[in-house]
Amino acid sequence: MLGSLTLIFLCQLVGELVAGALALPVPGPVLGMVLLFVILMLRRAVPEGLGQAAGGLQKAMSLLFVPAGTGVMLHFRLLGEAALPLGLGLLVSTVVTIAVTGLLMAWLSRGKADG
Amino acid sequence: MDDLGNLQETWVYLSASPLFHLTLTLLAFQAASWLFEKGGRNPLLNPVLGAVVLVVAVLLVTGTDYATYFEGAQFVHFLLGPATVSLAVPLYRQWRLVRRSALAITVSLLCGSLTAILTALGVAWLTGGSAEVLASLAPKSVTAPVAMAIAEELGGVPSLTAVLVIVTGILGAMIGPMVLNIAGVRDWSARGLAIGTASHGIGTARALQVNETAGAFAGLAMGLNALATALLLPILWGLLF
Repeated sequence: MLGSLTLIFLCQLVGELVAGALALPVPGPVLGMVLLFVILMLRRAVPEGLGQAAGGLQKAMSLLFVPAGTGVMLHFRLLGEAALPLGLGLLVSTVVTIAVTGLLMAWLSRGKADG
Repeated sequence: MDDLGNLQETWVYLSASPLFHLTLTLLAFQAASWLFEKGGRNPLLNPVLGAVVLVVAVLLVTGTDYATYFEGAQFVHFLLGPATVSLAVPLYRQWRLVRRSALAITVSLLCGSLTAILTALGVAWLTGGSAEVLASLAPKSVTAPVAMAIAEELGGVPSLTAVLVIVTGILGAMIGPMVLNIAGVRDWSARGLAIGTASHGIGTARALQVNETAGAFAGLAMGLNALATALLLPILWGLLF
């Protein structure tokens, strides 16, 4: 478990270093995810401890967004002034994006889904 | 009187210590999760939204500023990075399924990414949003660090973008399943891909709770959309404005 957490942190660290050094438009943690994925492909199995550590982090994942979300208190004025474009923009865009992506993916991969 | 004085001193000490705001964040999330379960997992009682409302209320009542709060909350915030890395595990477990639909994923993701950008810009422009508002809103569907960097590049307000990213995530987790049900999308990989494209990590966290296939596709979509938006949005912005 401790070794697995170390591996996860190490992947993120390497991801951050590579993203920073090459000025890539992808954040360090996403590169870290790619790196860990490559390691798993090479090992051809998920070590038990890593499965537990990943499961634990993912179970708590919603909680991790609360501090950033609380940042809303910094922008009450701007949010009030632009309430209509921001609110309607977010709502319409989220609904349409989910519908378009979901329908397209279901249509393009039809027949394969039940395999 | 002495007791009150002690209490006051203790409060001053505690409210300046990271432990207090860290615990507040955890308690607020526990309370919001309890409400979510009690309410039959009604998406409108989204625990992230509930916890944010509770924390903001406590901070406003106690006159605490965000920087002080964040000194404690940063320990929770920090784990977002490792949690993102750990998404490689469900992705690896679902890899056979992912590889089989590689073309479908690429096409759906690119169309979804463009839809997210263009609908947000279109609606906000039609309803009178300023250039600053448009630039802050445009990258809202991608994970926060990428979205903030893009917003800065376009002349938006990065910290406003961070909030819009979170709201988009909560909104997608709240109404996404309903939208997909109405659209008749039942396939877990398509449902996950849609939620991850539109609402990044918060959507992914929600998808993981429901189904591992959906979670893996959502995590994959989150990573790919960060890349797609970072590459496409600055070009689109240059063409439009």
